[in-house]
Amino acid sequence: MGIFINNGEKFIFCFLIDSQTNLMRHLYNISWAISGTECELQKRNMTENGLGHRVLNMDTMNPNVKRVEYAVRGPIVQRAMQIEKELKEGVKKPFTEVIKANIGDAHAMGQKPITFLRQVVALCAYPDLLEDDKFPEDAKNRARRILQACGGGSIGAYSASPGIEIIRQDVAKYIEKRDGGIPSNPDNIYLSTGASDAIVTMLKLLTSGEGKNRTGVMISIPQYPLYSAALAELAAVQVSYYLDEDKCWSLDVGELRRAVKVAREHCNPRALCIINPGNPTGQVQSRQCIEDVIRFAAEEHLFLMADEVYQDNVYAEGCQFHSFKKVLFEMGPEYSSVVELASFHSTSKCFMGECGFRGGYMEVVNMDPEVKLQLTKLVSVRLCPPIPGQALLDLVVNPPQPDEPSYATFIKERTANLDILAEKAKMTEQVLNTVPGIHCNPVQGAMYTFPRLSLPEKAINAAKEKGQAPDMFYCMKLLEETGICLVPGSGFGQRDGTYHFRMTILPATEKLKVVLKKIREFHKRFTEEFS
Amino acid sequence: YMDVIDVYWGDPHSGGVKPLTFVRQVLAACIYPKLLQSDKLPVDVRQRAQSLLTACDGGSVGSYTPSGGISYIRGSVSNFISRRDGGVPSSPENIFMTSGSQRSLMLVLKLLVHNQASLPTGVLTAVPTYNYLKMMLQRLGAAIVPYYLDEEQGWAMEVEELRRALQASKGVCNPVALYVINPGNPTGHVQSRKCIEEVIRFAAEERLFLMADEVYQESVFGEGCEFVSYKKVLSEMGPPLSHTVKLASFHSASKGLMGECGLRGGYVELVNLDPTVMRYAYTIFSTDICAPVTGQLALELMANPPRPGDPSYPVYAQETQSIQAMLVHNMNWVPEVLNNIPGISCQPMMGGAFVFPRLYLPQAATEKAKVVGMQPDLWYCKRLLEEAGVCVGPGCQYGQKEGTHHIRLCVMTPVETMEQVLKRLKDFHLHFLKEFS
Repeated sequence: MGIFINNGEKFIFCFLIDSQTNLMRHLYNISWAISGTECELQKRNMTENGLGHRVLNMDTMNPNVKRVEYAVRGPIVQRAMQIEKELKEGVKKPFTEVIKANIGDAHAMGQKPITFLRQVVALCAYPDLLEDDKFPEDAKNRARRILQACGGGSIGAYSASPGIEIIRQDVAKYIEKRDGGIPSNPDNIYLSTGASDAIVTMLKLLTSGEGKNRTGVMISIPQYPLYSAALAELAAVQVSYYLDEDKCWSLDVGELRRAVKVAREHCNPRALCIINPGNPTGQVQSRQCIEDVIRFAAEEHLFLMADEVYQDNVYAEGCQFHSFKKVLFEMGPEYSSVVELASFHSTSKCFMGECGFRGGYMEVVNMDPEVKLQLTKLVSVRLCPPIPGQALLDLVVNPPQPDEPSYATFIKERTANLDILAEKAKMTEQVLNTVPGIHCNPVQGAMYTFPRLSLPEKAINAAKEKGQAPDMFYCMKLLEETGICLVPGSGFGQRDGTYHFRMTILPATEKLKVVLKKIREFHKRFTEEFS
Repeated sequence: YMDVIDVYWGDPHSGGVKPLTFVRQVLAACIYPKLLQSDKLPVDVRQRAQSLLTACDGGSVGSYTPSGGISYIRGSVSNFISRRDGGVPSSPENIFMTSGSQRSLMLVLKLLVHNQASLPTGVLTAVPTYNYLKMMLQRLGAAIVPYYLDEEQGWAMEVEELRRALQASKGVCNPVALYVINPGNPTGHVQSRKCIEEVIRFAAEERLFLMADEVYQESVFGEGCEFVSYKKVLSEMGPPLSHTVKLASFHSASKGLMGECGLRGGYVELVNLDPTVMRYAYTIFSTDICAPVTGQLALELMANPPRPGDPSYPVYAQETQSIQAMLVHNMNWVPEVLNNIPGISCQPMMGGAFVFPRLYLPQAATEKAKVVGMQPDLWYCKRLLEEAGVCVGPGCQYGQKEGTHHIRLCVMTPVETMEQVLKRLKDFHLHFLKEFS
């Protein structure tokens, strides 16, 4: 029986759930019908607002939008695209190509897709291929199973808003296996359009209150700017906590305590976001650290948001990925029955690098049932995540098993991708640390390096004159002179008076060597020019 | 009944309409490029897939794309728009592809809606209208300013009614935009050029941002009906209107003959926006990083279908004609059947994917619904689902004049299924009338 209780109209809609996929969608739709009724214009006792301009201009545009910045796609990237265009048009430059080391996009930098994943999704896209004997049987079986779960047997049909049921089940099984058997309920799994979609949805759900009671969200400095952009747009309060650059970007609970104490004076801190492995910093949190964070969240009544999209990207010896959920449950019921947690994952990173498919999910733990209902409503506004992305996710969580024909190739490709990344992580750290004026922490995981730059006083002044952050000034110059596109540290946040850039370790090894060499040469030139 | 028939969603594939072969072949080859060597795929499919892969970073559909979408595809879409509008220029920079047109609607609303001003932002919205729009407005904290479509005139839009609605909103909210959906959802009405001109003039006078949701533009088959885009009409009205009225036009690969809802491919074309606002529009769109590549591919194939002479053309033509024939048949026949059921009336369907017939429910029934605590048409739909296995949309979800009741059915559905639906609906309705007579 499926029971949907809606507070607005106080009725219970019971229905027998049979195997038809569409039935679940009926329930979502009809329960929506109640809440989706027209909102009445509330008459207020107010004098008429004298706003004469109604048309969309800078004065009338939503002011929150002006505060949104997303450095990964910001001005430097736009300039890089412009330069690319100029190169195509034959304009002469001191380089022949733009190297986009600004975004965590493995395929763009030459990484090849995993064969099995693409075979299955192709079979789903064009089921006539199920007759083609060039496709292995295990790929065909996966495809048939997925198609059976799609409306009309087509990936062109909408799915239920939280995602295709069997895929949510497969995700839950994957999480259980990953976390040593700790149970995962498919009802707590929401598929999403990349992890970003789920992250923003949760932030939306968490943001409320006004003035001193406005939601505060703790996020690391440096951070992935999706968080700061979302908080700006939602007009939630960003509560920054600093990662310790001298200790390999580790998280210190003392710093969390400091940050939350100060925050309580002007907002209502409700959530704590952690990216592990870290972006842009690449640090992999120790188990002890994760326990400390969980304890802190419990004490301070904070909702934990664990962004774990890089969970397979762990390179450094002695480092290991520990999921927040696993640690939470191993800390026993005192914490595991109380701490509220949302964990995020995606098809964009790890060994797959399938950014363009926009596949992802979140798992919510210990969420209030009424809030969960609201969450379910909230996700239904966007209809459903792209079906090809859902299908791809299914293969990531349900890969070939040792007794299946595609296993050998799959494992070979997966291992190769991760091994190469590990090599490049090491090489990047080593080379950058040979440059006087650049200091690079070990890249323990993820896909980026976030080295610190010593910039001459003259350069800092020149930047100020131009109205640019010094590291933006540096990166722009680097782009114009070498064609290498990086993102300045100011886009991610950093301690005052420090400068960084974020570079991906994704270009092919030979190209990466060239990039590192060029950066070394550029830095030398830059330092000399502004000495 | 043995199975549940769902004509609630505008989801053709779910209802049994088959995907277009050309679209799926190109998609498969892009996803698994080894198929480029397969002689089982026609030459034009392989060439198209090759061009598209070349336009992707690293030659893979797994890469992110620029935030507005792959340049090549933005170009295709702008050419499509231009061709459709008889040569009115369209610039790729003004086109943003997103995960369904839904997402574009949301992002444009984000630019428009203030939730901190002293009065809520208002958006003029039809009654009845696309229900998801209302959800989005609620989510953003905007106020809905309802304007009523005229059921007796086939759900036509009237400017006098727009004026009344705007007047009623004074002091209550700050109206900034006018949302129209043409062809209509749920109504099936297709606006005349004259009506579009009047709406544009009204928007210009009242300085309203025009949001023209045109996702059903491919499905216009009513006798004497023609889809003409808001942009085209605006352009043909000449300066100053053509240079000043701010317009966002939305389209999607989910509807029309392709029906690829699950691929999530939609776009918005922004017309006459301030350059400074466009910069922020770009930032807002970029926080999604990019639209799913499969959706972008679907848009390309919608913009650039096979042409006569192409190897894939015969199959493509046959498939699209068959879907079109189904739609044309249903468009004419479904309202007729509905009109012959006592207690149901239905306006003619001119285009789109739905009919929105009116139910004349006995007083006893509406009273019973009140007791149960539900809107009468919602309660009717629940019973229809439980007792007859047919799922349709309740009129209260889309909006309707007080005291009236409707249901919405998707007619982009195979004829045999539609026949079943109408048979079951008729049986149920007659039974229902008897019960409450």
